[in-house]
Amino acid sequence: MLGYAFRRVLSALPIALIAVTVAFFILRLAPGGPFDGERALPPDVLANLRAHYNLDQPIWMQYFIYVKGVVTGDLGPSMVVEDFTVSQLIAIGLPFTLMLGLTAFVSATAIGMLAGVVAAVNQNKWPDYALVLVVMLGVVIPNFLMGGLLQLVFGVYLKWLPAGGWVNGSLPHLVLPVTVLAWPHAARISRLMRGSMIEVLGTNFIRTAKSKGIGERLMLTRHALKPALIPVVSYLGPGLSYLLTGSLVVENIFGLPGIGKYFVTAALNRDYGLVLGTTIFYVALILVLNLLVDLVYAWLDPRVRFH
Amino acid sequence: MKFIPALKAIALAGALSLALGGAASAVTLHMHNGGEPGSIDPHKVSGDWENRVVGDYLEGLMTEDENAEAIPGQAASYTVSEDGLVYTFKLRDDAVWSDGEPVIAHDFVAAFQRLMDPATAAEYAYLQYPIKNAAAINAGDITDFNELGVKEIDEKTVEITLENPTPFFLQALTHYTAYPIPTHLYDKVGDSWTKMENIVANGPFKLVEWLPGSHLKAIKNETYYDAANVKLDEVFYYIQDDLQAALQRYRSGEFDIMTDFPSDQYGLLESQYPGQAHVDPFLGVYYYVMNQDNPKLQDINVRKALSISINRKVIGPDILGTGELPAYGWVPPGAANYEGDTYAPAWADEDYGTRVTEAKALMEKAGYTADMPLTLQLRYNTNDNHQRIAVAVAAMWKEIGVNVELFNSEVAVHYDALRAGDFEIGRAGWLMDYNDPINMLDLLKTGVDNNYGRYSNEKYDALLNESNATLDLVKRAGLMHEAEAIAMDEFGVIPIYYYVAKNVVSPKISGFVDNAADIHRSRWISKSE
Repeated sequence: MLGYAFRRVLSALPIALIAVTVAFFILRLAPGGPFDGERALPPDVLANLRAHYNLDQPIWMQYFIYVKGVVTGDLGPSMVVEDFTVSQLIAIGLPFTLMLGLTAFVSATAIGMLAGVVAAVNQNKWPDYALVLVVMLGVVIPNFLMGGLLQLVFGVYLKWLPAGGWVNGSLPHLVLPVTVLAWPHAARISRLMRGSMIEVLGTNFIRTAKSKGIGERLMLTRHALKPALIPVVSYLGPGLSYLLTGSLVVENIFGLPGIGKYFVTAALNRDYGLVLGTTIFYVALILVLNLLVDLVYAWLDPRVRFH
Repeated sequence: MKFIPALKAIALAGALSLALGGAASAVTLHMHNGGEPGSIDPHKVSGDWENRVVGDYLEGLMTEDENAEAIPGQAASYTVSEDGLVYTFKLRDDAVWSDGEPVIAHDFVAAFQRLMDPATAAEYAYLQYPIKNAAAINAGDITDFNELGVKEIDEKTVEITLENPTPFFLQALTHYTAYPIPTHLYDKVGDSWTKMENIVANGPFKLVEWLPGSHLKAIKNETYYDAANVKLDEVFYYIQDDLQAALQRYRSGEFDIMTDFPSDQYGLLESQYPGQAHVDPFLGVYYYVMNQDNPKLQDINVRKALSISINRKVIGPDILGTGELPAYGWVPPGAANYEGDTYAPAWADEDYGTRVTEAKALMEKAGYTADMPLTLQLRYNTNDNHQRIAVAVAAMWKEIGVNVELFNSEVAVHYDALRAGDFEIGRAGWLMDYNDPINMLDLLKTGVDNNYGRYSNEKYDALLNESNATLDLVKRAGLMHEAEAIAMDEFGVIPIYYYVAKNVVSPKISGFVDNAADIHRSRWISKSE
């Protein structure tokens, strides 16, 4: 088991390096640079700025300086938000993104599983149809539209909840962003759960259990739930990384201080340092999550360890 | 990783906000401020969203009143020599930093030297080029910073010597490039003086918190000389790029002021929140540059046809929906030191149909017909409004037999291409840095970096140089008017509309006075619950 884990960690390292390299060069290939604004900078000022960020060095040299920094844990300066380093920006924003993502993950998983079970048990009856409708809303309405709608209804018209902002992470401020983020995720889980539950409910061992005369509740919790969970569990890993990386739209709409939006704004600003920093961070995050899922599989099924 | 100092900073900011959050009756301004400030160091900022923050915590020798006109700030009084070259400022006795240290002449001398130091790489250093030797020091031609025309006469007296008499110099001193730095702190911590754990203020507010992606927070500076008249206890500057979402937050009562709003929501604001949307002329021009190195555009007939065939009257009211004023000249109305009428060509008053007929004739004269149409590429940076205007203009040009290829790219790529001359027609815009026509007119001078179209006219350049050396304001204005007419009569560029400033102000707010510079310092603002 330990050997397997070690091999998996070793194989993740070259992937991380490839990701950094590709991101570094693709970014430099894009036309325009961090200092191309509406106004031309005087040539001397531009030269000073470029020297400050090592942009006057040959590109391979910049690459080595950067990789050396990353290896020693220094993600370099942000070229647009000058008052912070990239590491500082990530360190400040990360707790918010994590809190948002994890809250959405937990609530979406719980609600999604429950909805899936209820729909499966009431297959083709009205609770099933009602749940399918609600779930489909979450999938078909894109999150920027959903965010705006919820802001308008609950913030502007009903005035039940704040339309945005953070304010020390107060609960009311979390409700709308978490809803927008969690809805599609809950939808996918409930669809998975419903499908696999219906399948399990049709199997022989459930029929046997029923013929023994046990109650429906006991039959569901003791016999049907566990086997039905397997496809859902395999979706949770990618689902979590999706929630942690997919918060940029939600952060933008609700004005939250997370790191998701740096991905887009920094890329538009050609803020090389910040784009690379967030990319590396997300690559590491996804690698770690995949690793965890693999390890859980290996633990569940010993055959995985030897392949 | 360097996470630990950042975490400490958050903890400190958190503790501060807890400690300060106790005051229940605090009057708090919630301002939607737009983008993330790149910095709060006055020598490293360039945007109006940064200016709003920096100008609340620092103050120069001169500052802005409610109308954004220059009034003495840290200076108690000043005198100007007869030749207009030497300004002497007496600092206020009660001008102090928020840590109790007095504001001294050296704070200004050191600030101007740092601004001009090539190593600082200050984007807007050129705004203070009227100061003697400033340009040469900034370019690295003079390395002794003591040659700069800013001198300390005694602890409370600053003397500034200029290269040429500059009628707008007092106005320029209100700009953030002219703010002092706290040398007693700067000498100890260097560039980290603007970190939240170090920062001090000499303006009406002091910054206490910066949470990237969310907000900055300032509280009233009790050591400010006019603190008795500052009505607000706290100011929050919220960071949110998404204007539509920000408007929802305004409508739900979370913001008191928005410093911009989506144009297509103007109708909604007018009907549901009458009087809260402020749309006022703003010192800036939205224009199309024509690449004068391109043979197709070297023919004045073509340039004239392109310009007169744009129906500017529909752009502000119909395409943008916020009533931007049509622009036929180069200097926006409301510009100071510009005695005389706004430039208005005869064709501007003609019926649009007549203009189109005339434009067709001009195109034919230039050798283009329906069978042999002119094809031009129109570049703009990706943005809904730019796209709407480009599509409308392309349709208008289609009428006179010009085929337009639209090409859009994100802003960094766009301006990179304009600067490199890699375009035929390009969208651009200019917001004036200070209220003087020379700031607009300089854009069309030969060899200037922001003269994307490479327009060049010797007479134009000569008139501007002459105006720079002219002390008499009326005579100077005359020279500049003459220059503007030359560039416009030659169709050196296509002005389209004059910008408007767009703010949304809650009825709870008073002291927000609309002005052409669109500067509204929190010092003058008050709020009733």
